[in-house]
Amino acid sequence: MRLIVENLACRRSGRRIFSGLSFAVGPGEGLMVTGRNGAGKSSLLTMLAGRLKPDAGAIRAEGIGEATLPECLHVVGHRDGLKSALTAAENLEFARDLLGNPAASPAQALEAMGLPHVARLPVGYLSAGQRRRVALARLLVCRRPLWLLDEPTAALDLASQGVLADLMRHHRTEGGLVIAATHQALGLEDARELRIEPVLSPSVPEEAFEGENWL
Amino acid sequence: MIRAFSALLARDLKLAARVGGSGALSLVFFLMIVVLVPFALGPDLNLLSRIGPAILWLSAVLATLIGLDRLFQSDEEDGSLDLMTGAAVPLELVVLAKVLASWLTTGLPLALASPLFGLLVALSPTAMAATALTLALGTPALAFIGAVGAALTATIRRGGLILAIVVLPLMIPTLIFGVSAAEAALGGTVPFATPLTVLAALSLIAAVVGTLAAAAALRWSE
Repeated sequence: MRLIVENLACRRSGRRIFSGLSFAVGPGEGLMVTGRNGAGKSSLLTMLAGRLKPDAGAIRAEGIGEATLPECLHVVGHRDGLKSALTAAENLEFARDLLGNPAASPAQALEAMGLPHVARLPVGYLSAGQRRRVALARLLVCRRPLWLLDEPTAALDLASQGVLADLMRHHRTEGGLVIAATHQALGLEDARELRIEPVLSPSVPEEAFEGENWL
Repeated sequence: MIRAFSALLARDLKLAARVGGSGALSLVFFLMIVVLVPFALGPDLNLLSRIGPAILWLSAVLATLIGLDRLFQSDEEDGSLDLMTGAAVPLELVVLAKVLASWLTTGLPLALASPLFGLLVALSPTAMAATALTLALGTPALAFIGAVGAALTATIRRGGLILAIVVLPLMIPTLIFGVSAAEAALGGTVPFATPLTVLAALSLIAAVVGTLAAAAALRWSE
């Protein structure tokens, strides 16, 4: 698939966060979204995931056939989408059935994330880093071409960051897309960087803060 | 599609049964109201058995509100809702599965337990059966109407009271026809079937409108 974003603008609570953002991501490519806190990195990912309406501009995906864009992507963000009362395996099993297009089994996915021993533990008992790794294991239980990762290394130790970098590299060699909002190098060294410049003040005219325009 | 639907249903039933789930909570609340009413009214068995169906229905409406605010809010808070937006099924089916699970854990147990609780308000066997039947037919309407309110208040912290204010007026027709059907079974000028079919129709309408409205309310996080 190919993701094309044109002239995207974001407004939250009446305040313009960014505008004029255009980029395209093709198969096997990675995109690092950077910018200071509050620049709109998470808002951009939320919009791509179809949970927030763009204020202006368009998000298009090519080569996905009948499916909609939200059906072709994985989101791993600050809110991990895991239920504390269910075990790690149950959470992954649910995600696998809900999202469709199953790939690895929950046990295999947890093994890949180095967490085979927590499969039968309720997620509520896990540490922040372990929870994050269970959430990342979701990337493996269903095959979806676009990964949206919002600061995926938060709470991860160095070894797990390495595992994540390997996963992203492998995903991209298979023709997948990775868009990650981050403050750190993620092992996406060859990926392009999209820096979101914040809107300075409401009095500045619109043209003054066009984002990177590099289709 | 069926796989995703049943996965959602199974997950919500499992969550209701685990620690912190709201499974038995509304049933206990239901019991509390029904137990308190005879104390307030005094031991007048004729009075109690006359207003018994109304008490049971009123308790059922209030008990439905317990835990309703968490229907979508808990999923909104932990990001599960983002997961469901990208599910292989439309959001309407997600709502349908969740409301169905919520009805199976609150509405249906209420209907099943109502003959037992009917003993506390001196209901006759006919009245018990009639009340249980009307509750079984009417609580789906309450669940679906409640789901719209729950979807609208999903992003509001402590939105429980707002939810009740939004939802209770819409539950009034169900309450009216539920009670009148239960009372029609005990005799009177109206045949039992008339209010009962209206009640069933209300549930069917609520199932369609409620599912679409709740999904529309959930679709955008802002």
